[in-house]
Amino acid sequence: MSPRLVLAIASLTIREIARRRILWVMLGLSVASVVLVGWGVDRLVTLARGESLDEVEIRIGVSQVLIMIAFMFSFVLAMSAAFLGAPAIASDVETGTVHAMLARPLRRADLFLGRWLGLAVVMAAYAALSGSLAIAVVRLVSGHAPPEPAVAVAFLAFQSVTVLTVALTLGTRLPSIAAGAVTVVLFGLGWFAGVLGNVAVAFGAAPLAGVGDAARILLPSDGLWRGVIYGLEPPVVLFVAAGRNATAMQANPFFASSPPPFAFIAWSVAWVVLVLGVGIVLFRRREL
Amino acid sequence: MTAAAIETSALRKVYGRTVALDRLDLRVEHGEVFGLLGPNGAGKTTVVKLLLGLARATGGGGTVLGRPLGDREVRRRIGYLPELFRYQAWLTALEVLELHATLAGIHGPARAPEIARVLDLAGIASRSRDRTGGFSKGMQQRLGLAVALLRDPELVVLDEPTSALDPVGRDDVRSIIREARARGSTIILNSHMLGEVERLCDHVAVVHHGRIVAAGTLADLLGEPAVRVRVSDLPADRSWLAAFGPAEEAADGWLTVRPLEEARVPDLVAEIVAHGGRVHAVDPGRRSLEDVFLGLVRDTP
Repeated sequence: MSPRLVLAIASLTIREIARRRILWVMLGLSVASVVLVGWGVDRLVTLARGESLDEVEIRIGVSQVLIMIAFMFSFVLAMSAAFLGAPAIASDVETGTVHAMLARPLRRADLFLGRWLGLAVVMAAYAALSGSLAIAVVRLVSGHAPPEPAVAVAFLAFQSVTVLTVALTLGTRLPSIAAGAVTVVLFGLGWFAGVLGNVAVAFGAAPLAGVGDAARILLPSDGLWRGVIYGLEPPVVLFVAAGRNATAMQANPFFASSPPPFAFIAWSVAWVVLVLGVGIVLFRRREL
Repeated sequence: MTAAAIETSALRKVYGRTVALDRLDLRVEHGEVFGLLGPNGAGKTTVVKLLLGLARATGGGGTVLGRPLGDREVRRRIGYLPELFRYQAWLTALEVLELHATLAGIHGPARAPEIARVLDLAGIASRSRDRTGGFSKGMQQRLGLAVALLRDPELVVLDEPTSALDPVGRDDVRSIIREARARGSTIILNSHMLGEVERLCDHVAVVHHGRIVAAGTLADLLGEPAVRVRVSDLPADRSWLAAFGPAEEAADGWLTVRPLEEARVPDLVAEIVAHGGRVHAVDPGRRSLEDVFLGLVRDTP
């Protein structure tokens, strides 16, 4: 591997995203949704206070709305990651741009890793910026501050990077549209399997519970989403949950009583490295 | 025999059930312009991709600039203009060249002057700060040529370098290729523009159905020089014609003498007139590359 060439390709990728206005469209949409979120939460809080609800109740309500907003952001981020990652190699191969580059002493691994690095930086920055902005706006209008905003944002960014890694890897073999579509489907299936697994845990259906665990190992995006929820869940909700049937609460896809275990986070990092390795091998074997 | 710039032996490439190249033996000497001819789908681009390591051979092997096929380091010494010349549309021409300079390992104080040199050489210096997305196909091909010629590579591989150019552009490219050869580069010209090849190449190989069906110098391929004369009122006794060479007369009045050196054409015409013949037209009867090419490609099943 040549770090100099990986960095050159990464900076080319960032420049591409900026020049092709994708970044600005993404940022524009984020700002628009944050404004909308601010307005919505503000209305909600005003109405609730009009009904003379207790401030604790309002905080709990807002915290759950914030988790829903984060879910929407995580979905938008996954989509962006899929549609930025899929064509990064695939469309360069389709148009032939890659031929002139690979006729240079540039390893395919360097090109692949450079593409990944550039996109990962953009996705992580985008996740951090839009996530933090949404949390800050909600705090401004409602006074509710989640316990671990940094943890939530970090998991949000990590989740988008896993989706990006899948899309980029699929794009080494599939046409860009197919790679993007397959990634979105996989992301959806992963989330669904996670929900199914939680329901199974809540109802004590052990064999089905394994589906959720297996899905999280195969594609860690849903497991990382649990980390986002954990970072946003206020202690008061955890306290209330502990007092009731905590197992039943597990079935709720927008509830997490504990952060993802360290072993899972370590596996997720290893998973990204593994998938990148698979992508490099697939790309190397591709006939141009 | 000294090492050739390119040498392949029994090179074979199969895509699924399609045999793209079948036992291809190729030898290109240093410093020559080598034309790779063939109809569409003959396997020319496959040869180029194997030479550059963009695809892997199914069988056989070879060397490029003394290194085995697929060697990465040797690509530092090669410039390539792909058939699908597409460059990042969001970059300016200057930035595309900077990118390729980085990829080729051109750093330091020589970098900027070298980029300026090839921009000038390809005739796009005035548009170097424009994004390539707005370039015409001809301009993009010129940019591709500039990219291929960065740092005077030892080997320049040009895949259909004039396909998008107008006559002026084509003439420019011919001068650029001649200049590159004068600077010591070996050039592979992959083309089906026969006129181009005829004007530029020292050696030619005709590829058809993945095999070389003819190879050699242009003179080898074009055969002996000859002349065709359209003539009437020729006397019945033609024995005097034998002094020039074997002659053949067609029903439409065209008389072909082959072989005949070009310098003797006026003598032949004078002799015909002296014998009472009336000359209507004289045509240097050497076959064109197109005739040879069509003959080879149509005759080979």
